[in-house]
Amino acid sequence: MHEMSLAEGILQLLEDAARREGFGKVRTVFLEIGRLSSVQPEAMAFCFDAVVRGSLAEGARLEIIDVPGTGHCLDCGRDTELDEVYDPCQHCGAVPVQVTGGTVMRVKELDVE
Amino acid sequence: MCTTCGCSEGETKIDGHEIGDRPRFSYAPKAKKVTAVTAAEAEKHGLPPISHSHAPGVPQSRRVQIEQDILAKNDAYARENRAFLTGRRVFALNLVSSPGSGKTTLLVKTIEALKGKAAVAVIEGDQQTSQDAERIRATGAPAIQINTGKGCHLDAHMVGHAIHQIDPAERSLLMIENVGNLVCPAAFDLGEAHKVVVLSVTEGEDKPIKYPDMFRAASLMLLNKCDLLPHLDFDVELAIDYARRVNPAIEVIRVSAKTGEGMGDWLAWLERGSAKG
Repeated sequence: MHEMSLAEGILQLLEDAARREGFGKVRTVFLEIGRLSSVQPEAMAFCFDAVVRGSLAEGARLEIIDVPGTGHCLDCGRDTELDEVYDPCQHCGAVPVQVTGGTVMRVKELDVE
Repeated sequence: MCTTCGCSEGETKIDGHEIGDRPRFSYAPKAKKVTAVTAAEAEKHGLPPISHSHAPGVPQSRRVQIEQDILAKNDAYARENRAFLTGRRVFALNLVSSPGSGKTTLLVKTIEALKGKAAVAVIEGDQQTSQDAERIRATGAPAIQINTGKGCHLDAHMVGHAIHQIDPAERSLLMIENVGNLVCPAAFDLGEAHKVVVLSVTEGEDKPIKYPDMFRAASLMLLNKCDLLPHLDFDVELAIDYARRVNPAIEVIRVSAKTGEGMGDWLAWLERGSAKG
């Protein structure tokens, strides 16, 4: 359940941002989660709700933005989509494919009041 | 609570003491407790004005750009650890695997083989007990036990405290044995030079594609318990092929901590890494 520590990391980011930007309550958190990251969106949503209880983000909505996995084929030189890091190139079937995107775990923006 | 960086780590304990009993690096940032900022306070500190609602009962909201990685805090601590370790030319490794792969036995044999050649210090991570640290101390090497309580991985913050406490010598080797878990430790940089994943041949050869994050994060895969291969159906080439599918650059060394097979290659890898550091 490393999602619990990651959710605590999100709360720390929110508290830092509150101090920096001068807001007192978070309504919505927009979170980018790559399909190749080590985060399970459902587990993250569950942990987030638990972690923010009693904080400036209590009851906040968590909007998870799905970021597809992408890679570059070292064989045919084309870009390809990846559901897993070990997927073959969708054009020529070669493995391995160099991962170029979809590993992100990032707080993108917030709705605050 | 920690008197230096103001941290409170819940159930985490280092050698049986709560994490805050001893200071971390003296330059660690002080964590501040955040409370809601009032309009008057915001004005006083030169913060942007807090808008008020014109529709009673419906507070006005605004959008704030953040664009920050959720591991930013851990990564900042990891950078601090890395700066400290490279400053002392300490070659630090983060050993990861599932429980029971033989990490501790491998460490004990490694320390014995390096006796008189290189100083080794060990940070042990487990949910409970100090048994692993005691096994390491029996070799004469210094060891510190981190108990993560309910936690499933080590993070850079708790490891920073342990590094400060173990105070590794210049040009020594620091082995951080992570909690036995092939999932969570993959995401947490501790400030190490490399992650080393230990896969024992009594496990399935498909572990690298079942737990790709970990094999992707590692620089080296140690295939351990190779003395048992004659008794097993484990396909070594297939295991290596799977590992390279998720991480084309991963190096592989076959070892047996029990018989000593392959230990020369592993020690040579350590020596090359230490020399670079």
